[in-house]
Amino acid sequence: MTTTAVAPTVERPPHSTGVLTNLRWLLSDTLTLTKRNILAVTRIPEALFFSTVQPIMFVLLFRYVFGGAIHTSAANYVDYLMPGIFVQTVAFGSVSTSIGLADDLQKGIIERFRALPMSRGAVLLGRTTADLLRNIFVIIVMTVVGLLVGFRPTTGVLYYLAGIGVILFFAYALSWFFAIVGLSAPNSETAQVMSFPLIFPLTFVSAAFVPVSSMPSWMQGFATYQPVSVVVSACRCLMIGAKAANTGHSTSYWVIQALLWTVGLLILFIPIAIQRYRTRT
Amino acid sequence: MNSAIEVIDLSKTFKGKREVRALDGVSFAVEPGTVFGLLGPNGSGKTTAVRVLTTILRPDGGSAHVLGNDVVKKAALVRTLIGLAGQYAAVDENLTGRENLQMVGNLNHLPGSVVTTRAVELLDQFNLTDAGDRPLKTYSGGMRRRLDLAAALVARPTVLFLDEPTTGLDPQSRNDLWEVIEILVGGGTTVLLTTQYLEEADRLASSLAVIDHGRVIAEGTPQSMKADLGATVLEVGLPSIDDARRTSAVLDTLGPHEAIVNGTFVEVTVDDGPQAAMVALRSLDAEGISPQTFNLREPSLDDVFLSLTGHRTEGDADDEDADLTPRQRRKKKRQAEMEQALPVATGGLS
Repeated sequence: MTTTAVAPTVERPPHSTGVLTNLRWLLSDTLTLTKRNILAVTRIPEALFFSTVQPIMFVLLFRYVFGGAIHTSAANYVDYLMPGIFVQTVAFGSVSTSIGLADDLQKGIIERFRALPMSRGAVLLGRTTADLLRNIFVIIVMTVVGLLVGFRPTTGVLYYLAGIGVILFFAYALSWFFAIVGLSAPNSETAQVMSFPLIFPLTFVSAAFVPVSSMPSWMQGFATYQPVSVVVSACRCLMIGAKAANTGHSTSYWVIQALLWTVGLLILFIPIAIQRYRTRT
Repeated sequence: MNSAIEVIDLSKTFKGKREVRALDGVSFAVEPGTVFGLLGPNGSGKTTAVRVLTTILRPDGGSAHVLGNDVVKKAALVRTLIGLAGQYAAVDENLTGRENLQMVGNLNHLPGSVVTTRAVELLDQFNLTDAGDRPLKTYSGGMRRRLDLAAALVARPTVLFLDEPTTGLDPQSRNDLWEVIEILVGGGTTVLLTTQYLEEADRLASSLAVIDHGRVIAEGTPQSMKADLGATVLEVGLPSIDDARRTSAVLDTLGPHEAIVNGTFVEVTVDDGPQAAMVALRSLDAEGISPQTFNLREPSLDDVFLSLTGHRTEGDADDEDADLTPRQRRKKKRQAEMEQALPVATGGLS
């Protein structure tokens, strides 16, 4: 083999094994795939519908149908409700990570990626980043919806944004969990069917919509300290103040727990997801 | 190491409910600048070979080199030299044609300006300029395959892998795609092509390996393979099995191989179709046998298989594509069924 026959005829950076170059390519490939995944969201109206209209219906349902019958010690049910809705929305939204990955595997697009000289980690990073961006968009929509139905956060913009930050960080960790589900599913339909039974009990057996004290006593322990509830409580304290949230604990108590949960889940799920991606053929 | 692709004793077993030896000691070499055809039925191991060569799958044993680089040890380097297109190397449904090409260009780490111009060039070259800014959902099967091929060419690979590039396409789209591939090959690219169609291998490849159950069972040029087989198949349909038996005795003398009886049909491969047909009709007439159908056709992969292995390609469908998802397998089966339903082009005399 002569070297001239190997020389690529398109200008391209040489094959590199340098750490810095690899890191730069990881970032650029992640950006490329994030863009691709975001474009896909805008091209499938059903998907956008699913991620915005459904949570709006939940807001209306709980605000106007169930809300009157739910008694909380917080000042207003709508103020109690909205942080729960935010967390539920991003938790349901993170299911799309599993559907998207299963779909890519099924359609063979990941097969093409594997034969390209791109960074190996970019497929999972691009997917989870795109889902994070979509969650930001959905949270903005839900904030507007909340304000329209009477939600009045009282702690100021900075605390409100901190609350949203906690929610998005948690949703990002959930995305990595659902990446594992997506990489384990034979197709996107199954990925969806596998995901909802996992996310449903977590969002409903929680402090998201009703006070945990109204549940049977054997359920209260789980319902108070499972990660969705912890994040909801942290968020509620940050958005309407610890006093109005009336959780019996301080804001920092819940925020620290929420962050610990999130970091723990990331440490657990990221390596498993990467391992799954590597071994899935 | 002078070959563009060199495969030595490659093996790969898929472990599952049932172990499948997809590659069972495959060896072949491809000269630079030529088209090599890997010919075989579903499940013969063609796709697995391509997936190993394109670094998607790790082999269990043996070695594979692309331009002198080991596909396992130097996988990252190999990926900068190759392009992959075909049945399962998909394009993104939700993006436009141009966005697909640009995405592949970016993932190849080409400079931004090159990415843009390559996309324009390729859309033009593949007759997709008008459709370039439409999402792929609106593309026909043929357009999709053209875009798929274009995507494989974005970084101007030195070695191109085409995995069943025309399977499932209608005859017109197939022809269009063949023309595009021929132009490419004229440009000096080395191509490894897998196919189920002898006609496709004959048209595009300068050398061939026939693969079955993960083993190479024959190698040569399309010409040598057809010469071994006989250039044309003469197929006669009879009213009864008894007539078929008597007909086979007549046809035995016409070609290099004995005639094969299949129910009330008899077929024999011959070198000179029209000449053999005249002789056959005269002899059958003299014997008082009147055929119901009488066809001359090109030998198919099935005929090659029958003469090489003594078994037909059907019936292998079970261990086919152990590495595919159930949905891909169903899709492939549907396509195969559709193709069987299409009328075979015949040089019919009756």
